[in-house]
Amino acid sequence: MKARGAGVAGAALVFGFVVYAALWRLTTRGGWESVAGYWRLFWNGWLGTLGLASAALVVSVVIGLVLALGRRARWLPVRALCTVHVELIRGTPLLTQILILYFGVFHLVGLENRVLASVLILSNFAGAYLSEIIRAGIESVGASQLESARAIGLSTAQTYRFVIFPQALRQVLPPLAGQFASLIKDSSLLSIIGVEELTQNGQQVASVSFSTLESYVPLALGYLVLTLPISLWSRWLESRAHFET
Amino acid sequence: MRLSLHALTKSFGAHRVIDDMSADFGELRTLALIGPSGGGKSTLLRIIAGLTAADGGAVQLDGERVTCTREHRQHLSVVFQAFNLFPHLSALENLLLPLVQVHRVPDAEARAMAALDRFRLADHAHKRPAELSGGQKQRVAIARAIVIQPRVLLFDEPTSALDPEMTAEVLDVIEELKAEGRDFVLVTHQMGFARRVADRVAFLADGRIVEHAPAEQLFAQSASAQCREFLARVLRY
Repeated sequence: MKARGAGVAGAALVFGFVVYAALWRLTTRGGWESVAGYWRLFWNGWLGTLGLASAALVVSVVIGLVLALGRRARWLPVRALCTVHVELIRGTPLLTQILILYFGVFHLVGLENRVLASVLILSNFAGAYLSEIIRAGIESVGASQLESARAIGLSTAQTYRFVIFPQALRQVLPPLAGQFASLIKDSSLLSIIGVEELTQNGQQVASVSFSTLESYVPLALGYLVLTLPISLWSRWLESRAHFET
Repeated sequence: MRLSLHALTKSFGAHRVIDDMSADFGELRTLALIGPSGGGKSTLLRIIAGLTAADGGAVQLDGERVTCTREHRQHLSVVFQAFNLFPHLSALENLLLPLVQVHRVPDAEARAMAALDRFRLADHAHKRPAELSGGQKQRVAIARAIVIQPRVLLFDEPTSALDPEMTAEVLDVIEELKAEGRDFVLVTHQMGFARRVADRVAFLADGRIVEHAPAEQLFAQSASAQCREFLARVLRY
């Protein structure tokens, strides 16, 4: 364990040095100084990304849950509808969905609020992926558990609440956390509709300061600050799930 | 309890598991179902439990027709071969779930603790099933079954997953329940135990009740050759 930690630290050090050396060669002192003047734009963009991703996270869990349960519904049309929706969303690029939904559908129905549109598009996208994770979690709960729940007289809703969800949650938490990291990164594509978020603001800084690399490196760091803790948390959840079985 | 079967049938696909089964067991406290594997014992128990719907015919329990409904299941308890405890809940929480969510009894915690205490499980109340031995798990399952004070207890091969020592531990508990005057139906491969604990024993084979009689009588002088051969086979060792 100690040797592994030292290995990781060493690799990070070497990698850090290479990146630093590259940046030293490719960027200029003047470039960094002019970009630093726009720190507020970065900060607002970062907050925008955080806000969009957080809102989409909550809504996507609801959508994922509805789709997962919909695909298990007794009524065939509900099942078919949810399956088609999930496959459509998973089968097309997010960028395409943004174009179709924002410039097509939302424009037609008069939904012009960019923030709201962004949250809807992003959570619809992530929800389709979450639904598959949630569905796998539900199906991981064994038939004998459902039988037992039936035998003690629980209703279907009670069975989900007290027997299926608590056991499924343990299984799905690690992949769920991974999906949340993806959601944060995917939000950068929303820059094409001009909503205030990190990538959009980074591009603005680049265009006014004429310092591209100096504008985009902070962008990457801004995303890493959000995604790294999540992927470490996901890794930790995974190791814990292993020990329990 | 008073239990009778009327032209009961059940198929899984092309396979007839219960084939026109009729019997009147009369008024009794404990009934054991014995017979070769695949003879329909467990399926019959599951129909009585309201877990499986029969294709045709009826089961009458205490003058009421058994239905495959939640309402019916709430009045009975089933103890399964594989314990079927909820692994994410402690022993105590396993008992509380039906007490609180299904039966809504006011003093659930006290009743659950009393039931665990009875089976010498009080020290294990806060352990999860994974931390318990097989015998302890099955005793928790039995405590969960009786804590709701069911009309009838149904045991589906309760010791088949246990080693001999743990089997004895669980059979002791079932015998205590018998002494207490609880009504139950038991599917078992433990012939000695069936003989000791059951008022009446039914021998099932090929989806039919071949014969049923008071325990002593069935084991001492069974009427059918099929039952005599079965007993000779299983009692040889």
